[in-house]
Amino acid sequence: MTIAASAPLSDLIRAVETADSKAGLVIAVRELAALADPEAIPFLIKTLGFNNPGAAVAAVDGLVSLGRVAVPALLEQLDGYNYGARAWAIRALALIGDPRALNVLIETAEEDFALSVRRAAARGIGTIHWHLMSDAEAAVAQTRVMQTLVHNTADPEWVVRYAAVVGMEALAISTLNNSVHNLQSKNHPSQLIAAHLRTIVGEDTTPAVQARAQLALEKLLSG
Amino acid sequence: MVLEAQQLTNAQGESLTVEQALANLRQTEDSSLRYYAAWWIGRFRVNLPEAINALVDALADETDRAPDGGYPLRRNAARALGKLGETSVVPALIDCLNCKDYYVREAAAQALAMLGDNRAVSVLKSLLAGGVEAAVQVPGKPHLKQPYNAILEALGGLGDQSVVPDVEPFLNHDVPQVQNAAARAMYQLTGNVEYGDQLVQRLYSQSLQLRRSALMDLGAIGYLPAAQPIASALAENSLKLIALQGVLEAHLQDVQFSQRGLSPESRQVLALMDDLL
Repeated sequence: MTIAASAPLSDLIRAVETADSKAGLVIAVRELAALADPEAIPFLIKTLGFNNPGAAVAAVDGLVSLGRVAVPALLEQLDGYNYGARAWAIRALALIGDPRALNVLIETAEEDFALSVRRAAARGIGTIHWHLMSDAEAAVAQTRVMQTLVHNTADPEWVVRYAAVVGMEALAISTLNNSVHNLQSKNHPSQLIAAHLRTIVGEDTTPAVQARAQLALEKLLSG
Repeated sequence: MVLEAQQLTNAQGESLTVEQALANLRQTEDSSLRYYAAWWIGRFRVNLPEAINALVDALADETDRAPDGGYPLRRNAARALGKLGETSVVPALIDCLNCKDYYVREAAAQALAMLGDNRAVSVLKSLLAGGVEAAVQVPGKPHLKQPYNAILEALGGLGDQSVVPDVEPFLNHDVPQVQNAAARAMYQLTGNVEYGDQLVQRLYSQSLQLRRSALMDLGAIGYLPAAQPIASALAENSLKLIALQGVLEAHLQDVQFSQRGLSPESRQVLALMDDLL
């Protein structure tokens, strides 16, 4: 079953398609992912729907390391996925951070019924690669993201609130580098986020979330 | 409290109200309605005196019988009572530790652990009588003679050190889950890192089920040295995050986070958690 790392793409794809055990599939997907070849993208995406968590993790890792080039295919196939595959694809999009996925990630963070998917999306919308947009476009999108993250800090699940705090920290730091936001204003997003984080430190009912908000505040004040 | 319960059920398309749940629990015509009502009252933490009384009555129910002779309603009633925080029910739950139904005994041990009342210690300890030699599978059943995991976890949580000689032999039971429960209890009773490390070793087991149960145990005992091994265990991120939350929050309490702020260790655990989102 083991295949030399230098095996050509077609051999690795065949190995993925003909794997006859769960463990065999994980190994085959890992090797396909390690190739970092954009032509492997459709096959890595297909693996997300196999209901094999080990293989899905390997495929997500592969898609994330390929980065932006994987985004169009991930978005294009999103609606056709079964639920499990969609969750993995959202995870990949959240980790890649491409602005083209922003609307889908915002919608997911706000509405998805699975807490692990809201969790990944909440973090992901905070860590978008804003420099891929103009400052003006980014400023509008950042304001929208902030609304979503504020919404997520009231989620019934602690881990979604935690992820929202992590997203807010990243967002606040990004907005400091965006000249469209007026740094002198009391309404600068980073100021609003700092105020919201202080409320979480004081009022959230889960100590892990309070602690993460405290850490975010310290990073904001020192940065 | 009550309002919150109604909102939650409505979101799930259920229309039960507190009044209906109580009525369903008190009637004896329809055992499935009664069974569901007992669960519902625990799930939504309806700790009203009439709910508690009805649940205690249900612990002695004779009408709802499973094909194997078990008492499904008693099981659900015991589980619910564990969630309601009312310690006046402890004697009734202790009586359930002698029920013929293994699953009632298991539910009662878990409920007593949640209530944290030391009156349960001596009866729980008596269920370990005969030690590992007596702790064998019941012929024709999928379980051992007693619900050892629940008993050991309860004794660990209750923290009465006099039970150490009774708990310790179970570290050598044949069933790995029982060994885990014994290690967890021994750590809680003695604070000895040897037992925490034993649970950490389980994170490298071939069995996903054992890795998962070790994650939950390490989170429950808040074992700080396990933070890095938890983060890199082969298991779902969701479970690893719950385990790390347990570790982090035990540590935050130790260092009095709310007065003294973040320690270097808590920053490390937070960084591990961030990477699992």
